[in-house]
Amino acid sequence: MKSIQTADAAVSAIKDGSTVMVGGFMSCGNPFTLIDALINKGSKNLTLITSDTGYPEVGVGRLICQNRVKNLIASHIGTNPVSGQKMNSGEMKVTLVPQGTLAERMRAKGAGLGGALTPTGLGTEVEKGKQKLSIEGKDYLLELPLGADFALIKAEVCDKYGNCFLPMATKNAAVMMAMAADYVAVEADKIVEPGELDPEKVTIPGVFISVIVKAVLPASNLRPG
Amino acid sequence: MDEKELKRVRVVKRIAQELPDGALVNLGIGMPTLVADYIPAGRKILLQSENGFIGLGPQPQKGKEDPRLVNAGGLAVSIVPGGCFFDSSMSFAIIRGGHVDYTVLGALEVDEQGNLANYMIPGKMVPGMGGAMDLVAGARNVIVSMEHVNKNGAPKILKKCTLPLTAVGEVDLIVTDMAFIRVTKKGLVLEEIAENTTVEEVIKNTGAKLHVAGTLRRF
Repeated sequence: MKSIQTADAAVSAIKDGSTVMVGGFMSCGNPFTLIDALINKGSKNLTLITSDTGYPEVGVGRLICQNRVKNLIASHIGTNPVSGQKMNSGEMKVTLVPQGTLAERMRAKGAGLGGALTPTGLGTEVEKGKQKLSIEGKDYLLELPLGADFALIKAEVCDKYGNCFLPMATKNAAVMMAMAADYVAVEADKIVEPGELDPEKVTIPGVFISVIVKAVLPASNLRPG
Repeated sequence: MDEKELKRVRVVKRIAQELPDGALVNLGIGMPTLVADYIPAGRKILLQSENGFIGLGPQPQKGKEDPRLVNAGGLAVSIVPGGCFFDSSMSFAIIRGGHVDYTVLGALEVDEQGNLANYMIPGKMVPGMGGAMDLVAGARNVIVSMEHVNKNGAPKILKKCTLPLTAVGEVDLIVTDMAFIRVTKKGLVLEEIAENTTVEEVIKNTGAKLHVAGTLRRF
């Protein structure tokens, strides 16, 4: 059985300068409760690994706007203008990674692989400084594994063994983040007894989960329009 | 409909005709998204959304939005019967592995080698590539959907792209409000021109060499 804790307790080990992965795509699937706890804790100089920085005052975007992030690794920052401002002013270092490459680098870390070979980025700025390999006559870039100290993710249902169900489009990169981070906190709308979550419906096996938190903040990611 | 809207409709209508029955298609944000509204009757295509599903459907009615179901632009959408959800690794395996038949994207510049620049203007606009680099590298067919010239009236189809590239040599087709151009080994072939223009006008507004097809059609 995994430990069930408050959000504050679950993020208590995150220190200034920690590397933190946060699940979600355009804030859909962001762990709103855990992000809130991390903001309240006051951690700064974080290295944040996330798909995108969403919107300025919603979910993961708040970490950017409230000056908590020193290094950002993401695939898209365009919908949060504060990310661009901080990148241009030099206040935050931004490394942009193609979305599929980001997923595969995290998966490689969690899967015990030495990296991923991808054609994505060949002949572009993404290629700079990377090893190029020719496999069966085709060129690929060697993309290295990407891990983190912590991952914060959101599930709809989590059983007490940590098995998680992530519905619809909320799965995104959270699955790979759970694999890649040393310590994984999941917030769940519902925490159930073992056996109550159909094993066929497990999106993330409980083996990757360190601690479970009851979600108290609702999803608030819908973009007007 | 104003003139800008009419131009966009001409582009997306023509692209919609190009997508065969049964195709799996990824549509970029903006003008490409409109392609879905002009699929010819009787033709079924499935849309892939890179944030994690196949079977992207229209926006739900107001009040029926589900925060768990958004498109790659973050807008509430729906999923059609026969659709399925998956995580990012699977989504980009589908994209990078060549299982998406067509991707339709906008462009800042495209050149006669089929190079595409659509993700940044150094010092000005650096939003990040998102899934664009994977889509252009991985989709079987890459269709560029754009206005023929930029805001200042300068050509966007060039001999060589000047902006940082999204991918090298991956573009197959360029459809603009003026022209339907195929990227081939011998260069850009002008196959069709819009109803309200002439070959001379198209050539004048293009910064690359165009080979005019033997039988030139109108769209």
